[in-house]
Amino acid sequence: MKALLIRDMRLAMRAGGGFGLGLAFFLLVAVIVPLGVGPEQAVLGRIAPGILWVGALLSCLLSLDRIFALDFEDGSLDLLATSPMPLEGVVAVKSAAHWLVTGLPLVVVSPILGLLLNLAPEGYVWLLASLGLGTPALSVIGSFGAALTVGLKRGGLLMSLLVLPLYMPTLIFGAEVVKRGAQGLAVATPLALLAAITAGSLALLPFAAAAAIRVNLR
Amino acid sequence: MRVQDLTVARAGIAVLEGVSFALAPGAALVLRGPNGIGKTTLLRTLAGLQPALAGKVEVGPEAVAYAAHADGIKTVLSVRENLAFWASAYGGGDVDSALAAMNLQALADRRAANLSAGQKRRLGLARLLVTGRPIWVMDEPTVSLDTASVALFAGILRGHLATGGSALIATHIDLGLEAEVLDLTPYKARAPQMGGRIGAFDEAFE
Repeated sequence: MKALLIRDMRLAMRAGGGFGLGLAFFLLVAVIVPLGVGPEQAVLGRIAPGILWVGALLSCLLSLDRIFALDFEDGSLDLLATSPMPLEGVVAVKSAAHWLVTGLPLVVVSPILGLLLNLAPEGYVWLLASLGLGTPALSVIGSFGAALTVGLKRGGLLMSLLVLPLYMPTLIFGAEVVKRGAQGLAVATPLALLAAITAGSLALLPFAAAAAIRVNLR
Repeated sequence: MRVQDLTVARAGIAVLEGVSFALAPGAALVLRGPNGIGKTTLLRTLAGLQPALAGKVEVGPEAVAYAAHADGIKTVLSVRENLAFWASAYGGGDVDSALAAMNLQALADRRAANLSAGQKRRLGLARLLVTGRPIWVMDEPTVSLDTASVALFAGILRGHLATGGSALIATHIDLGLEAEVLDLTPYKARAPQMGGRIGAFDEAFE
């Protein structure tokens, strides 16, 4: 299991891996939006939570199709499925690797981008907290989508269509946490719901994804 | 490994039916048959990657090491990193002796992207050595190997059999092994119109 995590992270870091792709996209979104919307700080501050969350979500989506497709193409997925590791564990580890190279960097740079978008000072803690809690769900839900479409040629579009609706609750509650936090309101309810979605996804989706892969490998 | 009356299907259509054989420790079985007869499908079923339509496969848990057409090599990793990953995934075989056995020591630190097809295949076969599993199920293991490498591989296979392992090989070339040959042609599944089995996916159209 540890070996798989290390291998996946190493693959992502080496040339041609997915590391930096999502991050660069996230940066671009946060830099471009103020240029498009205009320099009014009040407007930017108001839309910042939503923009940051949408940016994080789309950055995650960018690298999802690599989670299983590359292993499927070179035959590794067959060999992983016949290895002593349970396929559920393989899915969980690969989602964790995806989060570590995609989600975690987004969380880390988000305060800087918050600054670019004139996020209210009270909002930074909640931006970090909501992305930290929410992005693992994005990776796990994304793995499930990737598992459903593994083996399809050019399955990326279908996967996006499958995954985006599943991302909606995370997006809504995540952005709500930041919005309320920035306005100094209570955030407990959306934060709890966000955490519940993440916990539920982590508990259930590896099993669903493993079942989908088994069917797709036949 | 004991196989009884096995019917295997590809894309929901039965391709082989009534396949029965037994594979004792220390024995090798060579599968033959024309292209498209279902050798790969049979091997994938035995490896547990797909369910059989009917029949029984008796095999110990985690006994089968499967080597497919694709070697599962990550091109951005070095030869040693590739092999070390599979070794730890299967519970830690000896990477160095596997590299030595397949004559890959000189290439150990080379990126797999820079290997030739035959060298990649040797790396794929070295993976079998680090799995530590007794039954090797191999699909055309000698594709793109040169004569010397085929001889090298045949030697490794003989060593594996001598230590109580067994092997199931779909191949068209003679490895010089004391192996039984199973020709799959008589097991070709009949069409449903001729009284053959109807595949799982066809049920909706009955």
